Amino acid sequence: MIRLAAAVISGLVFGLGLAISGMVNPAKIIGFLDVAGDWDPSLAVVLAGATGVTMLTFRYILKRDQPLLDLQFHLPTRTDVDYMLVLGAGLFGIGWGIVGFCPGPVYTTLLMGRWETWVFFAAMIGGMVAFRFGSQAMISRTNARSPAE
Amino acid sequence: MENFTPVSALFGGLLIGFAAVILLLFNGRIMGVTGITRGVLQPRRHDLLWRLLFLASLAVAPILYSWAMAEPISIEVTGSLPALIIGGFLVGFGACAGSGCTSGHGVCGLGRFSKRSLTVTVTFMITSIATVYVMHHLIGATP
Repeated sequence: MIRLAAAVISGLVFGLGLAISGMVNPAKIIGFLDVAGDWDPSLAVVLAGATGVTMLTFRYILKRDQPLLDLQFHLPTRTDVDYMLVLGAGLFGIGWGIVGFCPGPVYTTLLMGRWETWVFFAAMIGGMVAFRFGSQAMISRTNARSPAE
Repeated sequence: MENFTPVSALFGGLLIGFAAVILLLFNGRIMGVTGITRGVLQPRRHDLLWRLLFLASLAVAPILYSWAMAEPISIEVTGSLPALIIGGFLVGFGACAGSGCTSGHGVCGLGRFSKRSLTVTVTFMITSIATVYVMHHLIGATP
């Protein structure tokens, strides 16, 4: 129960940070990415502020044996850089550049009554589902080609 | 640089960092919106409700802020249907293939000094800047 409260507070603080910094507005994102236009460095300051906090604190948090409200930390385990990682990041950047929305900010605009954000959101979920089925199909094809011995 | 808002950007950025600290310190979770969303799409037992509440809080926060400040939040987004659909699809597909987005890799992964996260962040910065350059300066499309 208290763990759910922590999730709510984290979500609220995150959304508040996105709203105050203007990162909920795709035009402001495009203003940062448009380095050859009327450049707006705000996003770099947002990222510097956010990573400044995480870089200074995460190392101490992760030295603990466990988080305050759970038995263990749930962290990504992979450390290798493979082509899928780079390809995915590349495609993500193209989509981000086209509209100026990434997953966090698009959630913050869903209740603002704009149809555009819902179209983007639906397409984003579609892309996530497509990746899931695509990678499942790839795995089963690889397994079929080289059956387990 | 007339649109540059350094003070609100820094304050907002610090808040975003603190949000990531709260989720990691209390719940041991990485504040990555892509990862949290994927867990909703493929739910496991006792692992769904916190995700839904986090994402709902994310949506509610700017509305509360707007009420408290008594001013509307301005959103300028393209009205081009193909751009929204293609952009959204690429963001969703790419974020899953790349194991995360701006929040998971950018805010949290860099905080853990992860090589994967640094690779992803640099890569999507390059392709997004290139995309905006092509769309706004070469094609001249202003979405």
